[in-house]
Amino acid sequence: MVTTITSPADLTARLASTGYLADESLATIVYLALQMERPLLLEGEPGTGKTALAEGIAAALDLPLVRLQCYEGIDATQALYDWDFPRQILHLRALEAGGDVVDVEKAESSLFDERFLLARPVLRALRDAPAVLLVDEIDRADDEFEAFLLEVLSTYQVSIPELGTISAVTPPVVVLTSNRTREVHDALKRRCLYHWVEHPGLEREVEIVRTRAPEVSEQLARQVVTLVQRLRTDESLLKPPGVAETLDWARALERLGAQDLDVATAAATLGAVVKYREDAQRVRQALDRMLTT
Amino acid sequence: MSPAPALTGSRHEPDELLLGFSRALRAAGVNVTMDRAQSFLAAVAVVGLDDQRATYWAGRATLCSSPDDLDRYDQVFAAWFATKDETGRRPAPQEPPPVTQASLEEHEGAGGDGEDDDPLRALASATEVLRHRDIGEMSPAEKARLALLFDQLRPRAPTRRARRRTTWHRGEIDAERTMRRMLARMGEPAELAWRRRAERPRRLVLLVDVSGSMSPYADALLRLAHRFVVSSDRRGAHGGLAPRVEVFTIGTRLTRVTRAMRLRDADRAIIAAGETVPDWSGGTRLGETLRIFLDRWGQRGMARGAVVVVFSDGWERGDTGLLKEQMRRLHSLAHRVVWVNPHVGKDGYQPVQQGIVAALAHVDDFVAGHSLATFAELIEVVADA
Repeated sequence: MVTTITSPADLTARLASTGYLADESLATIVYLALQMERPLLLEGEPGTGKTALAEGIAAALDLPLVRLQCYEGIDATQALYDWDFPRQILHLRALEAGGDVVDVEKAESSLFDERFLLARPVLRALRDAPAVLLVDEIDRADDEFEAFLLEVLSTYQVSIPELGTISAVTPPVVVLTSNRTREVHDALKRRCLYHWVEHPGLEREVEIVRTRAPEVSEQLARQVVTLVQRLRTDESLLKPPGVAETLDWARALERLGAQDLDVATAAATLGAVVKYREDAQRVRQALDRMLTT
Repeated sequence: MSPAPALTGSRHEPDELLLGFSRALRAAGVNVTMDRAQSFLAAVAVVGLDDQRATYWAGRATLCSSPDDLDRYDQVFAAWFATKDETGRRPAPQEPPPVTQASLEEHEGAGGDGEDDDPLRALASATEVLRHRDIGEMSPAEKARLALLFDQLRPRAPTRRARRRTTWHRGEIDAERTMRRMLARMGEPAELAWRRRAERPRRLVLLVDVSGSMSPYADALLRLAHRFVVSSDRRGAHGGLAPRVEVFTIGTRLTRVTRAMRLRDADRAIIAAGETVPDWSGGTRLGETLRIFLDRWGQRGMARGAVVVVFSDGWERGDTGLLKEQMRRLHSLAHRVVWVNPHVGKDGYQPVQQGIVAALAHVDDFVAGHSLATFAELIEVVADA
């Protein structure tokens, strides 16, 4: 598939050039996934950059990103392909208006033509390969959908009864993400390389903020990250803030012209970091203590 | 044999070394299958065996499959590839398991007074009173009368959406069927066909606590379980797939009593179940038995997408941290978790037992279950799950 990546270090550099800072472990595992042509299953808390990684890979390898967002009740017609029913009807009408005397067989076969096919993400990724296929939040989909996905991921081909089999010339790079609200089935896990994405450490997160939001000053970035990291570990919040929240907060503070983080501005912009009323109350109470020490 | 100290050894050693490592990992409780071990070898071949940190990450990506595995992986890796250089390992922060003792009994006094001694009232609506009486306070004779009333309970199976669709009189347009109808008329618009998602019965798993503190209710709960099993079997006989109902007893040991519960006659079913359950009225180790259930049955598919009903008062003699973790697992596997506690309906009940407190965060419905009337309510909760 992609032969231009020669080592994990090379990959780290390329990802960094797109603005995604991967640590050694992540780079090694992505490198392995590329080399072994295996899907990558990323699990971790929301906001640890799982989706961003897929975007980063696509940008780093200069491949199109095809995204499939999972939800409860998703099925093959939303993931694979569907027939464009209105256009098929119109086509039939046009045939009729044109006065062509056609038999039913022929009309039917002309209906199931490539041009009436609506390619959904998985089919699109197979047809446009090489591409990066992001299957986002697989834990939200049903068991049946997992089984179906497993089938596609093990052969990288899709058969459409009316058209035949469509298979990828080069298998797409597949990234699955899960927030672990539900256990992903073992069979699917076995097929994938597994990685548990953790929140980045202090230095790395500061680096991330500096790369993603260069307008934020070093000092402010450091203060924000320190505070967010403390919120993650010390306070038992309903929804601990992720990296995305850190970025939002840093940007919000920068917009307000803050050079320094103080209790008043922190409290005013809290909505960027915590999204629950209970959390907000808890953090407000703790802010004083945290910003002074 | 001793683990080789260095990664690079003699000619044929690497494969042995790596496979040995994956075996050691399996022995440590990580679910390492043959194909995983193969992937591990392939991955190490890609990154190169001489790079120990890359080997570490390659193994972690191929052999582990959940965050629970990571700690064990770190330990086994450190032991197996023991060298001076131990960088690259980042053991997850380990919090000491909270050592907690089950609080001592403090809610025994609920009920007991206000007994129904008035013969007139008892005669007036004996069954209605019986329906609402706390089973735990009944005399054997009353229990025998109550047993007859169980036939009135009509459990319905919860449903899930199936992948197939069925014809329906509204919903979404069934393009294929419409098209076929049109083609049959040479392309002339025909009546639109509609379809909707079909429905399938969901699997139902009943976990009945038969330990000492639950013994006054055990008989009634098993009768209720019997109703669930029997009525699901009957539905199966009408054609269509029988909704599978599984019954386990928990307590000090995990016992599957589904087979016994299949017996038509309730009394015989209870006796048969009693013969298979070794731990009637024993002490409670809920967390431990739940873990065994999840490891042996639940995770492999029985609890997946199922409605799981736990009948227990939440007295936990063991570690409540374990119970909490297992309830979290159960909750993430199951479609809905219902906890039935016979004490919930009583005056002044507060969920203060350590076990209940630990479990409540991972429970969808927390309902009462001390009388026939509450059982009927439970049946509604399950059917609507």
